[in-house]
Amino acid sequence: MIAVLVETDDDGVTVVSQEALTFGRELAVRGGGLPVHAVVVGRPGADLAPAVLSQLGEQGVDRVHHVVHDRLSAYSAAAWAAGLVDVVQSAGARAVLAAGTPRGNEVLAHAATRLDVAMAANVVGVDGVDPLSVTRQVVGGAVLEQMRLDGAVGVLSVAGHACEPVAAEQATAPEVAASTPALTDADLVARVVRTGQKVPDASGALTSARVVVGAGRGAGSADGFKGVVQLSELLGGAVGVSRVVTSLGWRPHHEQVGQTGSRISPDLYIACGISGAIQHWAGCSSAKTILAINTDADAPMVTRAHYAVIGDLHEVVPAISEEIQRRRG
Amino acid sequence: MTDVLVCIKRVPGASGEVLLSDDDQHVDARHVGWTLSAHEECAVELATQVAGATGGTATAVTVGSSDAVEQLRDALAVGCGRAVLVEADTERFGPADVAAAIAEVVRTHDAAGTTYGLVLLGNDAADTGDFQVPVRLAYALERPVVTGISTCEVDGETVVAQGDGPDGPEVFELPMPAVVAVMEGGVAPRYPSVIGRMKAKKVAIETLTPSVEPVGSGRVRLTLPPEQPSAVQVLGHGPEAAAAVVDLLEDLGMVSR
Ligand SMILES: Cc1cc2nc3c(=O)[nH]c(=O)nc-3n(C[C@H](O)[C@H](O)[C@H](O)COP(=O)(O)OP(=O)(O)OC[C@H]3O[C@@H](n4cnc5c(N)ncnc54)[C@H](O)[C@@H]3O)c2cc1C
Ligand SMILES: Nc1ncnc2c1ncn2[C@@H]1O[C@H](COP(=O)(O)O)[C@@H](O)[C@H]1O
Repeated sequence: MIAVLVETDDDGVTVVSQEALTFGRELAVRGGGLPVHAVVVGRPGADLAPAVLSQLGEQGVDRVHHVVHDRLSAYSAAAWAAGLVDVVQSAGARAVLAAGTPRGNEVLAHAATRLDVAMAANVVGVDGVDPLSVTRQVVGGAVLEQMRLDGAVGVLSVAGHACEPVAAEQATAPEVAASTPALTDADLVARVVRTGQKVPDASGALTSARVVVGAGRGAGSADGFKGVVQLSELLGGAVGVSRVVTSLGWRPHHEQVGQTGSRISPDLYIACGISGAIQHWAGCSSAKTILAINTDADAPMVTRAHYAVIGDLHEVVPAISEEIQRRRG
Repeated sequence: MTDVLVCIKRVPGASGEVLLSDDDQHVDARHVGWTLSAHEECAVELATQVAGATGGTATAVTVGSSDAVEQLRDALAVGCGRAVLVEADTERFGPADVAAAIAEVVRTHDAAGTTYGLVLLGNDAADTGDFQVPVRLAYALERPVVTGISTCEVDGETVVAQGDGPDGPEVFELPMPAVVAVMEGGVAPRYPSVIGRMKAKKVAIETLTPSVEPVGSGRVRLTLPPEQPSAVQVLGHGPEAAAAVVDLLEDLGMVSR
C-alpha cells in the first residue's frame, strides 16, 4: 500500500494534503493498483471529523489510520513520525508521502531516519516505480533532480501545487482504524509547549478574489505595502505576497502565494517586486492575466507575465491608483 | 556558557543563469559564484548571539572541498571564533552522510573538551534542499531536534526556540544538548566589517577527514526545467505607464469606464 500523511485544518483536509493524496493515488496505480491509506494524527479524545473522512473518501482512500495517544495533544515531529512508522510497518507500506509543508518535510525526515531509508523532498513527478525513481525540485526550483529511492520504503514529500487535487473516479467509504503508537519520553521532548495568538486565516478571501495585488521583497519593508494595499482596495481585490515577505514578518502568512502558500486563480494578478521563483509561480500560474511591475526587465515574473511595467513599484503603484481615482472623478 | 556549532554549506549563488556540468551531475557555478544560504546566514547570526549571551564560543563547520574555506571565513568574519573544514568529496555524499560527518566532529570535539550544547543548521540546503541533515544529525547524536525555527535563546539548560506553525507562532523548549534548524527571517544576518574580515583571515582552520563511508544521495541526474517562451507586452516604464495600465484594467473590466 501507499501511505499518505494527511494534515488537517478547520476546513478538513488541507489543499496540499489533498494534492499529496492525488499524487499517491497515481503512484498506487502505477505500482499495479496498490491501496492508498491515509494517516491522520488526531487529538486525544477527539473523533475524526466527518468532513475529513468524506474528503478522504473523495480521494479514494481505502483505509484511514487515526493515530491517537494520550500524550499526543501538542505537535511533536518525533511522536508523529513514531505513529507514521508504526503504520508503515504494521500495514506494510511500499511508499510514504506527505505534502511538502514544513511539517510534512519534518515528520518525513524523522520517519526516513527511523526507517533507515532515503527521502526525496519536494517531488514533482514519478519517473519509474521499480525501482522507485522521482523528479524533485532542487536549487530553489531552478533545477530538477532525478533521484532513485532504493530503500524498502520510498519516503517522499510532494511539492505544493505540483498537481491538482482531483477526486478519485470512484469515491470510497474508507474504514477507520485507530492506531496507538508506543511513544517514549524522547519522542515528546521536542513538542510545542506554547502557541502564540492564532492568526485568523483569511486565505479564503485570497483564493476567491477576482483581483490579487501581490508584492515581494521589492516592497522593501512592512511600510512598503501601503500603495499595494490601496490599489487592491480600489480594485476590490486581495493582497498576496511572496514567502520572503511572510518570513520577514512584513505580512501575515495567510497572504502567501505559492508552493507553501495559497494557489490563486484570479482574473488578474498584479505582481509587484516579485522575482517569480518557481515556488511562487506554482501558486499564481492559473491567474488568467498577469501584470508584473518590476525594476528588472529580465525577472522571470516579467518574462512570463502577459503584461509588464518596468519601474519602481513605489512610484508605479501609486501612479496607477491616482489614475484610477482621476478617471473616476 | 553554551558552545555552539553552526553547520554551513558552500552553495551556488541564487541569482543569474544556472548551468549544469557536462555530466549533468552538478551545478556549474561559473556565472553565479558561491555563497551561503539565507537560512544559514541567520543560523550563524543566532550562533554568535547565543555564544555572546552565554559567554560561550561559536564554531562554524562545513563538509566540503577545500574551496569551502571561503564560506568558513565569511562565518568567522561575522563573529564565529573557530572553524572546521571536514574535507570530503560531497558529490558522493547524501544527507545521511553529511549528518554522520558532522556527528563525528561533535564527538571528536567533545572528547577534546568542547561540548556543543547547541548545534544550529539551516532548515534546508539552498542547492540540494533535502530537509534532512538536521534531523539525521540529531538521531546520530541522540539529541532532540526542531526545524523551521526563526529565533532561539538559551535559558539555563534549556533552548527556547520559536517558529511559525500552521496556526501561528509556536514555542519549543528543548533540554540541552539540542539540535535546531533555522529558517530565515527571525534575525538579520550581519555583514562583515573590514576589521572582521582581517581577523577572519588570521584564524587557523581545523581540517578533519571523515571516516564516513558514504551511502550517497540517490542522484541520477540533474536537468533544467524547459525554458518558457516570453510573450510579455511591456506597457511602459515608470509611473508614466499608469495610463496604459488603467486602459488595460478597463479592457479587463476591472475598473469601469
Ligand atoms: C521549499 C520551498 C518552498 C517555497 N515556497 C514559496 C512560496 O510558497 N511562495 C513564494 O513566494 N516563495 C516560496 N519559496 C521561495 C522562493 O524560492 C523565492 O525565494 C521567493 O519567492 C522570492 O521572493 P521575492 O520574489 O519576493 O524576492 P526576490 O527573489 O528577492 O525578488 C525581488 C524582486 O523585486 C524586484 N524589485 C526590487 N526592488 C524593486 C522595486 N523598488 N520596485 C519593483 N521591483 C523591485 C527585483 O528586481 C526582484 O525581481 C519557496 C522556496 C523553497 C525552497
Ligand atoms: N555539506 C554540508 N556541510 C555543512 N552543513 C551542511 C552540509 N549540507 C547540509 N548542511 C546543513 O544542513 C542544513 C540542511 O540541509 P539539507 O538537509 O541538505 O537540506 C543546511 O542548511 C546546512 O546547515
